[in-house]
Amino acid sequence: MILFLAAVLLLLFSSLLAPLSRNGSVFWDRLSLAAGLTGCLFGLAAALLCLFTRESFLFSIPWQTIAGSFSLRIDGLSAVFLVPAFLISGAGLLYGSGYWPHSELPGSSAWIRFFYPLLAAGIALVLAADNGVIFLISWEIMALCGYFLVIAQREDEQNLQAGLVYLMSTHVGTLALFALFALLGENACLVSLPAAGSLSSAMTGNATILFLLTLVGFGIKGGIMPLHIWLPGAHAAAPSHVSALMSGVMIKTGIYGILRVTSFFQALPAWWGWLILGLGLVSGILGVVFAIAQHDIKRLLAYHSIENIGIILLGTGAAMLGKAHGVESIAVLGMAGALLHVVNHGLFKGLLFLSAGSMIKSTGSRQLSSYGGLLRSMPYTGLFFLGGAIAICGLPPLNGFVSEWFVYLALLHPGNQATPSLNGLLLAVPGLAMIGGLALLCFAKVFGLSFLGTPRTDLPDKREAPVTMLAAMVILLGGCVWIGIAPATVWPMLSGAISQWAGVPPAGPHMLPALAPLPYISFTALLFLLLLLLLFLFSKGRGNLADRHLSTWGCGYSGFVPRAQYSTSSFAQMIMTQYRLILMSRFEGKTATGLFPEESSFSSRTPDVVLDRLLVPGCGAFAGKVVRIRRAIHQGTIGVYLLYTALVLCLLLLFSMFII
Amino acid sequence: MTNLTNEVLMAVILLNFFTLGTSRLGACIKTVASQGILLALLPPMVHGINGHSMVLMAGALIIKGTIIPWLLFRAIRQVRIRREIEPRIGYIATLMIGALITAGAFIFADRLPLLPQHYHSLFIPAALSTMGAGFIMLITRRKAITQVLGYLILENGIFIFGILLVEAMPLMVEAGVLLDMLVAIFVMGIVMDHINREYSSINTEHLRLLKE
Repeated sequence: MILFLAAVLLLLFSSLLAPLSRNGSVFWDRLSLAAGLTGCLFGLAAALLCLFTRESFLFSIPWQTIAGSFSLRIDGLSAVFLVPAFLISGAGLLYGSGYWPHSELPGSSAWIRFFYPLLAAGIALVLAADNGVIFLISWEIMALCGYFLVIAQREDEQNLQAGLVYLMSTHVGTLALFALFALLGENACLVSLPAAGSLSSAMTGNATILFLLTLVGFGIKGGIMPLHIWLPGAHAAAPSHVSALMSGVMIKTGIYGILRVTSFFQALPAWWGWLILGLGLVSGILGVVFAIAQHDIKRLLAYHSIENIGIILLGTGAAMLGKAHGVESIAVLGMAGALLHVVNHGLFKGLLFLSAGSMIKSTGSRQLSSYGGLLRSMPYTGLFFLGGAIAICGLPPLNGFVSEWFVYLALLHPGNQATPSLNGLLLAVPGLAMIGGLALLCFAKVFGLSFLGTPRTDLPDKREAPVTMLAAMVILLGGCVWIGIAPATVWPMLSGAISQWAGVPPAGPHMLPALAPLPYISFTALLFLLLLLLLFLFSKGRGNLADRHLSTWGCGYSGFVPRAQYSTSSFAQMIMTQYRLILMSRFEGKTATGLFPEESSFSSRTPDVVLDRLLVPGCGAFAGKVVRIRRAIHQGTIGVYLLYTALVLCLLLLFSMFII
Repeated sequence: MTNLTNEVLMAVILLNFFTLGTSRLGACIKTVASQGILLALLPPMVHGINGHSMVLMAGALIIKGTIIPWLLFRAIRQVRIRREIEPRIGYIATLMIGALITAGAFIFADRLPLLPQHYHSLFIPAALSTMGAGFIMLITRRKAITQVLGYLILENGIFIFGILLVEAMPLMVEAGVLLDMLVAIFVMGIVMDHINREYSSINTEHLRLLKE
């Protein structure tokens, strides 16, 4: 616990030092960086210590002014979330020193360096908070730091707007959380959150309200599909390492909240599980479909975060159904899938955002259509991006495969057992398979368009990212590879959280090693790597014959221009037409006809369905109505105002006469 | 004594109707002044002749019956208007609403939780209907000067209420109410003057322009 406190204090220290470097002082900048990195290391150590000793650490001092006590607790569940939080914060800090160099932009670098560790500290405190007041305070710190980081590039009007949308939606969520903690009672707010399985009244109406509030409050932060409105804009607007932290870690606090609240109950109603499962499917499929239709690489990755939240929710939903029906094996498998995917998504999404950041830095654009042929100028970034892409598509031998496999096992498990009420889980399997397939398509598009082919725009400044950025990516890729190849070593870390949530003993017949043959995964993954190595050596052996700097053979057509390559729209065209009812993309331009077609252009745009098609016009219409009513009420004549006063007085009199 | 009180109160109510129904400003001011004088008679009638009620009577007579009418007459001489030309609601309709409100006041007064000695007296209905009439004046008339008159009638209604409470209320409060009114009239006069100077008329409709 001392380690954890030291970590938080170091992060705060790091953020407090940052303003001193505003004038370009290198010393304070380096000191702040060092303090932040040390803090992350300490925090990582604390979380790992908790995971391996399987004890929960409590730190509590009385604090009468605001809450009953300032109490923090690290138990299995929060430690699982803390590990990626500290890891990605550390990697992001390291990356940020190269991505947003202090020597070039001291002002905004100091701004980011101030809020970034503060955001990390806020997240850590949210995950460790042990009573409602502390939780809400840290939640607010986290939300506000997120906002200030999103608007780090304030000169762009769009970024400000994205920040505003984020700020509004996060506060709607906070409102729901206030109600949630009020319902949980005074003890939960002031002293300590209920222990796992301590509330048994999950079937009452109160518990239903509690659950729905949880879903709204944490769902907005987590980016569950109809509530995801802030996510694409904010992730696209923020600097890349901030997006990595927000997407990899911050939205997971939403998942953490849902898991934490559901862990309070001894028994869960089945419909909670079905609801979560349904939301997971919707988020997963729609998330990836929207991702395919995007042209902006960071918006695309943001939609993939929604997709991955969907996969996590699928696991959670399966686990909740298992718990509701008393099938422990499903509960354990589903929870293992969800928790591992939380860690995995943090790692690979962090990796993807960081490598996307180095692409953006070297080309100066977020649009996929301005990339192309980047593999030649930035091979390492390409390698890291490829690693992240393989992981996010759930392909072996990387970590995404392992967690998605757990979710698959949980969903397929009812096939083994005679629990007919759970057979509906099997229906989610095709959905998950579709998510995986579409994700693969999407990353084939991104990787192909940006790293392969010939450059679409002529940018002189394309070079490989600096060492600090590459080092940060190496750390995350290392984590991905480790979990992918040796999942058996990860298991002991998850077992504490799973047994705590599902209410089963940590070493029983229903635990994961008995249910999922982990060594097989390692074996297959190694085999796969071996195969890759052999192929590589094979191609290396004969590859020298060809000239590597030629473009693809154009079937004899010599008038090739880079713009004639596949574009984002054309690559995604099939999916975009198949899902046009949901995507509602806008196509502009016309097809060329005749032998000598006129000059014409084509473009497609896919605005967010919920935000741009529903909320913005809906709120606009509502605001218009309200303005009209207000205009009708406000006549500007004294007599009319007096009439209002008289009417209100009469109404109050009537009210007091007849009602009370 | 009680009978006479009732007659005075009935006269006050009738004067309300007169102010509601007339368009001549001079007559209106005179009516309100005579209403004030009638009201000044009430404290000694109800509470007997003692120092307290005499002071009240004197105050009401001087302020309501003399100073304010004089100020108002001066005002209309200065701005040279004689009539309220376009009330927002016609005079007949205003009278009807006034009648309805008076009837409502009589019904409503019986339902209020009053002291036993105040039941079935004319005080509460008269107070309520006078306040209602003042309010109607305030709402329906456009000229600032008629609005001042409405305010005065409203104030008269409150004064009737106050008479019931003379024993419970210290003198200072009543003095405060009267002073309050006087100051309010002054303020209204100044406002009126400014409106007149700005728009060359004291029609408050012009204040609409100040709306955002």
